[in-house]
Parts: sequence; structure tokens; C-alpha cells
Amino acid sequence: MNILRTLCLALAATALSTPVALAQSGPLRIVIEEGVIEPLPFAAPNFVAETASAGEAAANITRVIASDLTGTGLFREIPASAFISGVSSFDAPVAYPDWKAINAQALITGAVSQGSDGRLNVKFRLFDIFSGAPLGDGLQFAGGQGDWRRIAHKVADQIYSRITGETGYFDSRVVYVSESGPKDNRQKRLALMDYDGANIQYLTDASTIVLAPRFSPSGDRVLYTSFETGFPRIKLMDLASVSSRALAELNGNMTFAPRFSPDGGTVVFSLEQGGNTDLYSMQLSSGQMRQLTNAPSIETAPSFSPDGSRIVFESDRSGNQQLYVMSANGGEATRISFGEGRYGTPVWSPRGDMIAFTKQNAGRFHIGVMRTDGSEERLLTASFLDEGPTWAPNGRVIMFARESSGAAGVSQLYSVDITGRNLRAVPIEGGASDPAWSPLLP
Amino acid sequence: MIRFSTILLLSGALALTACNNPDRFGAGGAGAGGAGGISAGALGDPNDPNSIAYFNQTIGDRVHFAVDQHVLTPEAQTILAQQASWLNSHPGYTAIIEGHADEQGTREYNIALSGRRANSVVEYLVSQGVSAARLQTVAYGKERPLAVCSDESCYAQNRRAVTVVGAGAGV
Repeated sequence: MNILRTLCLALAATALSTPVALAQSGPLRIVIEEGVIEPLPFAAPNFVAETASAGEAAANITRVIASDLTGTGLFREIPASAFISGVSSFDAPVAYPDWKAINAQALITGAVSQGSDGRLNVKFRLFDIFSGAPLGDGLQFAGGQGDWRRIAHKVADQIYSRITGETGYFDSRVVYVSESGPKDNRQKRLALMDYDGANIQYLTDASTIVLAPRFSPSGDRVLYTSFETGFPRIKLMDLASVSSRALAELNGNMTFAPRFSPDGGTVVFSLEQGGNTDLYSMQLSSGQMRQLTNAPSIETAPSFSPDGSRIVFESDRSGNQQLYVMSANGGEATRISFGEGRYGTPVWSPRGDMIAFTKQNAGRFHIGVMRTDGSEERLLTASFLDEGPTWAPNGRVIMFARESSGAAGVSQLYSVDITGRNLRAVPIEGGASDPAWSPLLP
Repeated sequence: MIRFSTILLLSGALALTACNNPDRFGAGGAGAGGAGGISAGALGDPNDPNSIAYFNQTIGDRVHFAVDQHVLTPEAQTILAQQASWLNSHPGYTAIIEGHADEQGTREYNIALSGRRANSVVEYLVSQGVSAARLQTVAYGKERPLAVCSDESCYAQNRRAVTVVGAGAGV
């Protein structure tokens, strides 16, 4: 039997050892690039409650793991009603023929115990039914009672990663703008949620317009645009204390569309002055600013490449909105979008290989992706108004906002694979826009 | 190197903000041109040429733009010439020019576009003799539509720049 590795999930302290790389072996494998037609069937019997108090947590954790996996569109859960044998003990031998008979290709087993202090201990194993062998080692996570969702996401990330060979993205959060009220008096608040819409936390009140929050690379700070002064200005929020400060050096001008550099030390943004919008960068430590573009056209929506060397942005210097790439120090820019229509809101993939964008053409909006040189453009969605893509930490999924038309129009968050498959709404109450995905949590 | 040409004296801008915060909508009012955002008493009688109501209604506080444009139409220039004349004869007032865009565009671009529109109004008013120190712009993008349908009849109303006149303490 495989060694059960123990990881201490010290969520409160945010210090967490990273699991060592696990062997990717066996034929149980989904290769995402090839576009899966048939989702992989798996069985996830309820995790065994090893202490009397852990029953509810065990059931909840099992449900979240299954939901994470089926939510990718790559997996299909076999209902418990079809099971021939159950799992009553974590260490009991696996009845492979019983799982094979119901066509389960993967089996996830687990157990949950709860200490007298409420802390949860969750262990799991993944089995490749057709090979009749475990896939990777068993793994154990420990965390506080309130961390059960994160623990479940970490288990699901492990399973996803072992089967697809890609890094997972379930233990992540999304900062977005929560919307309420009628279209001509929309109330907007910054909000934070788990990637799946759970655990919503409001970060600002509805007293002023807030727009387009963006995570720092370490996930501990958020840049956004606020109309608190009456004018759009960039603010920087520390998430632990939920306190914000204006980037003071920018007083007297309108600033918006901020984004962090990959090292978290620089902010690139748009500054509007006398009707003209150009790109600037600012070092957060010194406040030192640098003008990156100097043109009478609109330059906005900048986004760094993951290595920090380049910036993709939109400009209407050609006559309408198109995408350009330039050095992170400014200077000459190369146009990369050449299709019909207008291109905006470019975002560099965390893998570095693609750029996601909003395209507006013939009265419709699309979310699309292209190579960083503009080749292989692919539109993933189409609607009355799709806007503002953000990448999952593994660069395989994109979240964006879709707004319905008319007086009763409401904006909601959706996600879609970069293959264009698996479009689904993120289940949250009320309106939502401007999502920004965090890095994978530690 | 960056040149932050100061359009407004900061003290003036702050005083203006304090008494006439352009984001009045957040407090629940419908804003300029909406129903009941500002009490009639504060505006005066639209027949009184010295009143803000006269500026807002009789002259007209707003101009409209074509799709994705910030160029002033002849109609807009006619209205702005009268706005300039009023401002020139009422030096105690300042104005914030609010730029707006319709919903057919991405959020950041629309902020920049609405900034261009507000600036077009400022440039015209200044060309008619209004001191730039009395004027300030704010770019709302598509955040504050007046008309909520999703066709051209509403979009045309939303592509606007509104001159919001206020008492200019400190300027």
C-alpha cells in the first residue's frame, strides 16, 4: 500500500508546505488539448467519518470534491444508487470488479476525522479502476473546522492534477464587482468569493462606484478603481485588513485599469488627462512613475506577460480598438489583432502562451483567445455583451461577465474552457461583473 | 518624464468636490437629468436667467455624441455657446463636465472615450472665454446610463456630456 503522506494545512498562518510531485503513472489520463468528448466517469462514495462528529463534514467535503470535478466538464459522477459495494473503511481493500462493473474509471475514497478542538483531518486515495491500482499516493490534509471547503478543493486539485497532468485551480478565489439595483442606479461593491461562488465576502459598501479589481500575484492585495473622490482613481486594498489606500501620487488625474506586474512591485495603469488616455507604470515602493505610451489615441487595459518583460494593451491608434504588445518599459508597440471588429481587455495567460480578449463585432460581443503573436484566434463565446476575461491559475479556464440586454439587463459571471466547451454560470446571488481570478492559494 | 499639467488648482478641485460631488447617484438620487435628484428650490426658476434651472433646462445642460465619437455636432456647439455665455456672465459658478458612454463598449475603453467627450466640451467652453480653472471633467464610461433600453433610442441619450453647474467656493 502506498505511503500516506501527511501535509499540514496551516490555513490560519498561511504557511503551508507544498505537496511533493506525485508520480503521473497509469493509463488514467485526460489530455485537455485534444478536447474531451466523453467525460471520465468516477465514483466518489461518501468519505468515511472516522469520528462521530465528522459525519456532516465528510458528506460536505465529498460533495464539493465531486462538484469541482464535474464542474470542469471533464468528469462525470456515477450516482451512489448505482454502486454495488460501498466503502466502510478507508483502509479496506478496493473491490475493483464492483467498480469496473458500473464502469467507474476512477474511484475516490476518503476519510474525515475531527479532533476535540474541531480541527479536521481529511485523507484520500485515488484509484485507477481499469488498471486495478492506486493513482499516486494517498494524501492527508489538516485544517480548521471552517476550512473544510478549502480542504475539499485541495483534494479535488490533486485528483484533477493526477488525471489531467495539469495544475488544478479549485483552491482559488475570485474578486469581482457585486451589482444590485436598477440599471440606471446600479450599486456596486467589491466582493470576494471562492472560485465556485461560495463564501462571498463584501470588501466595500455601495456608497460609490467601484470597478475592475485585480489580484496581486501573491493574492494578498487587490488593485481597483473607485469613484470615492467623485473621480475615477486607483486604490490598493490589503485583503487581510480590508483597508484601502489611494495611490497618492496620482491625485488630480483620473486613473483606471490598474494591473500588477508579476513580481507585485509595479502597477501599470491608464491615466486620463485633458481627454487623452495613456499608459503609465508606478513602482509601489518608491511611487516613482514612468510614462509608457505617448499618443493622442486611447491606450488602456494593460496586462503584463508572466515573465514581466512585455505588456499587452488596447489602443485605438489605428482608428478603432486593437491589441498591441510592447516592452514593459514602453516604446514601440506591435499590433497583434487583425480580425474583423474591435478588440479590447487583453489579458496574458498565466502560462504565457495565450492572450484572452473581448471582441466586439457586428453588434455582438465575444470572449476569445489568441497566441501572443495574434495567430490562432479562437472565439469561445458570443452574446449581447460578454466582457472582461480572467484566467484560472492553470490557464485552462476563463471567467468573464455576461450582461443581458434591455431595461432588466443583469450581469452574471460565467466560465468557459479555452477549448470553448463547458460554458457555465457561476452560481451567485444577484448581479456580478469584472471578475479577477486569484493565483492558486498556498 | 511625466508632465502632470495641473488643469485645476487642487484646492479648488477639492472644494468643488466637497459641495458638488459628481457621483451624486450613489446616495440614491437619479442625478442630472433624472427625476428628483436635485430639489427644485436649489435650482431656481427656469425662467430666471440667473438660475441653475435656466442653465439646465432653458439652455440645456447636455450635448450628445455619435457612436464612438467625441466630436461636437453643430447642435452641440449651439448649446455650448449658450452655456459659455451663461458661465461668462455668472463668474461665481464652476462646472463639472460629466462624460458618458453607451453600453456598447468595454468598460475601460468607455471610460477613456467619455473622458474625451467631457474634454471636447471643456475645450469648446474655454474657446468661448470660460476660464479652464472653473471647469473640471469626470469620465463615467458606461457606469451611469440615463436610458435603460438596449437600442439606439436609449444609446443616443446615454452618449452625452453633462455640464453640472455648482457654486464655486474657493475658485
